[in-house]
Amino acid sequence: MAGERPMSKPLLIVGGTVVDPAAKRDGRFDVLIEDGLIADVHPSLKALDGVDVIDAKGKLVLPGFVDLHVHFRQPGREDKETIETGSQAAARGGFTAVCPMPNTDPVVDHGGAVEWVTHEARRVGLVDVHPIGALTKGQHGQELTDFGELFDAGCAALSDDGKPLINPLLMRRALEYSKVFGRPVIQHAEDPSLSAGGVIHEGVVSTTLGLRGIPAESEATIVARDLALVALTGGWLHVAHVSCAESVELIRHAKRQGAHVTCEVTPHHLALTHEAVEGFRTEAKVNPPLRGDDDRLALIEGLKDGTIDCIATDHAPHTDWEKDADFDTAPFGISGLETAFGVCVTTLIEAGHLSWGQLVQSLSINPSRIAGINGHGLVKGQPANLTLVDPKATWIVDPKQFVSKGTNTPFAGARLSGRVVKTIRQGTVIG
Amino acid sequence: MPDTAVIAPEAVQTAQWTKKDLLGLRELSADEIRLLLATAESFREISLRPIKKVPALRGKTVVNLFFEPSTRTRTSFELAAKRLSADILNIAASTSSMTKGETILDTIKNLEALKVDIIVIRHAAAGVPQMIARHARASVINAGDGAHEHPTQALLDLLTIQEKKGRIEGLQVTILGDLAHSRVARSNIWGLTKLGAPVTVCGPPTLMPAQMEQLGVTVTFDVNEAIRHADVLMLLRIQHERQEVTLVPSLREYRLRYGIDRDRLKFAKPDVLIMHPGPINRGVEIDSSVADGPHSVILDQVTNGVAVRMAALYLVAGASNGGGAADE
Amino acid sequence: MSAQSSSKSEQLRVPAGAIFVPASAREKAKLLDEDAIRRALVRIAHEIIEHNKGTDRLALIGIRTRGAVLAQRLAKEIETIERKPPTVGALDITLYRDDLSRIAPNPVVRATDISFDITDLRLVLVDDVLFTGRTIRAALDALIDLGRPVAIQLAVLVDRGHRDLPIRADYVGKNIPTSLKERVEVRLQETDGKDEVIIFGAEEASNA
Repeated sequence: MAGERPMSKPLLIVGGTVVDPAAKRDGRFDVLIEDGLIADVHPSLKALDGVDVIDAKGKLVLPGFVDLHVHFRQPGREDKETIETGSQAAARGGFTAVCPMPNTDPVVDHGGAVEWVTHEARRVGLVDVHPIGALTKGQHGQELTDFGELFDAGCAALSDDGKPLINPLLMRRALEYSKVFGRPVIQHAEDPSLSAGGVIHEGVVSTTLGLRGIPAESEATIVARDLALVALTGGWLHVAHVSCAESVELIRHAKRQGAHVTCEVTPHHLALTHEAVEGFRTEAKVNPPLRGDDDRLALIEGLKDGTIDCIATDHAPHTDWEKDADFDTAPFGISGLETAFGVCVTTLIEAGHLSWGQLVQSLSINPSRIAGINGHGLVKGQPANLTLVDPKATWIVDPKQFVSKGTNTPFAGARLSGRVVKTIRQGTVIG
Repeated sequence: MPDTAVIAPEAVQTAQWTKKDLLGLRELSADEIRLLLATAESFREISLRPIKKVPALRGKTVVNLFFEPSTRTRTSFELAAKRLSADILNIAASTSSMTKGETILDTIKNLEALKVDIIVIRHAAAGVPQMIARHARASVINAGDGAHEHPTQALLDLLTIQEKKGRIEGLQVTILGDLAHSRVARSNIWGLTKLGAPVTVCGPPTLMPAQMEQLGVTVTFDVNEAIRHADVLMLLRIQHERQEVTLVPSLREYRLRYGIDRDRLKFAKPDVLIMHPGPINRGVEIDSSVADGPHSVILDQVTNGVAVRMAALYLVAGASNGGGAADE
Repeated sequence: MSAQSSSKSEQLRVPAGAIFVPASAREKAKLLDEDAIRRALVRIAHEIIEHNKGTDRLALIGIRTRGAVLAQRLAKEIETIERKPPTVGALDITLYRDDLSRIAPNPVVRATDISFDITDLRLVLVDDVLFTGRTIRAALDALIDLGRPVAIQLAVLVDRGHRDLPIRADYVGKNIPTSLKERVEVRLQETDGKDEVIIFGAEEASNA
């Protein structure tokens, strides 16, 4: 979104620890920002007159987080979220760029709709918004959208998220045709007939509660098929919200074979299991469902060894009255933008699974590459998109404090470590 | 002093019921289940009197809120409430009114505005009573929620076993049929295992939920094996209305493979009890000769249902009373 | 009225059915010992036979828990005298208490065991302690719901006074004047391991 860079005062961030593996930096650096760009990164910079100074002592200075998977509900369900409130939540959560999914009403399946979304995002002026366009018209899974028009209008990728693209021939064509644009096809991998009526992971909790289960194989069978189609076509597949050990293993194997596949995992699948549903807690009702602990550990392992490329929130805000329903009726989804960082630090860093460099890779560098964002990172001359975090701060999640309209979170009351202190996009503090 | 109670009275002498709601047997302790059963045993005699009424719940209002059609459970709760002198309101709510924009919680808030004391709820979705209990001041009794729990049915089954066998602990109980869709099976599994009766579950693999053995039961698909050692054989209703075609090839196939008729009963112990939560499908899971035969206690179950529901109403009503200890 | 309920009247919160002796309440005196209780019951048995001119169409109804024990003992004494046992039943009055909606949790309900039709019988209601009269009121209501007896008489081991209701006993083992602060407890072999009637002085405890 060049051309509307705010001409703000220069900003100097002093005393912080910069962690940016892409720029091969991990240590004490000051960062100077001028005209929305990073003007200098140096072990010691002096504040000149007219420069605003941010004291970052004890804080980490990270390249801004990028979320490949959010639902901002606008147009259509402005009572759940809007581009404005969603952007505020993203900024609060440390994200400088987000990719909203096209399953709005109407569906973002043509250039005009993409332009409306980006126009509204620009009016809001907080985070960079890179929309995902629909793969098929109306997301009906019948007819491919005009890929070229969507990408020209600014789409980062295409997906029928919320629904899988089931028709194998159509999936083949999508993977083939998208090669023209060098952008990924994002699949919500789920076999609807295997998971029909399911509301929770199929296992001991579904059996105990008498709820219809969604087997892990509902996801894994589609992942396996899509990987076969990737091998056939040479297209780029990105698997959304991987949830089970079987999928991780399939993707690991495919990557070893050189397949062009990337994938993401959500913070809640890394932190929670199906036991969070006990007591019929609809806040933990999400699709794909929270699975067993073996699955959770396999996801963490996948993140560690690079099988899983990035962390995406699948931020899915809902109204209280819809979530305050019986378990079958309540909608799937977790409002995740404002807890993502704390959940990741608590689950991954505190537990010793990931280094800070690896976390930055997952939350910022890899997703920016998958989204096709140019110039991301704490390097001189790049747009100044960065996130200041306090790695030691602990806090209790209180959904009432959310800026998102969606307070639906299974983390309410949880004590998290790691807190976003400031989010800076193009040199301006936005959250 | 002679005491008619079969359940050791000393076990319940000091037991107290402090729960506002009765939502399921999984969350109850063995002592709480014994207290419910002992109380039900005490209440059984009231239904044999010429005047079948005691004033215990005078002035209390009970609502039967049924989102799913049910004759026997609703009638049983209604009789139980009336025999305790409570006022009872029957509401047959259709789930379709929900789609008009009113949520279940809206319905509950309306009932609470009418100052009801106890809500008896039946719903096709698992977890609805839990959700209501979290929001309501009134006591909530689960009269069956989806495939989750049906605590009063399991309690009346336990009471019937206790009555006929003199004990529950150590009895071998087999539950046979559609385990996947059965709330009755789940509640019975919790109740029986907590009271020390080993449970075997049997049915076609397509009607067996995932990881069933983690509930503390033995799983088998061999019906003759399941029957052989059973002191009690509980049959579950094959619910054609709730099933997809893919679960059992046909009802005929089910009858031939898993239905209980006189021939199959030859594998059973001579004093086996045959139970069924009703309504029975004659000629599907149970043959008429068995349903009406000497082993069947199906009608005793119905009789005990009223006593169990009186006990449930009496105990939850006490737990939500405002006051402290008695002053006389 | 049972010993537990008389203790409750003094606002001592006790779990239903528990035999509760607060550490601070000191045993004041043993009012009746084993022999005295036996003699009182023999005398009451004679009075019942005399007053009812035998045991024809007579039934004893004990109020659970200790009244039911006393009814069994009285029946044995009557059998010794008349060589014919009277009919005996046990009544649980919990569901007829006038304070049910004020108690939480609800007290444990025990079975009423009256396996005969009480219509046209002469009934003797038996309890251990007569105090406010509320238990007897509940028992009368419960009996009337069971049928239409010709007459209902009342036998108690101890009458300690302080009635709230117009109720009196026809047969009394021992009249014991008490203060409202005192507590009378009847202990019986079958329920408590020994026979005795004890009075506890609450004022002593409060002075201690």
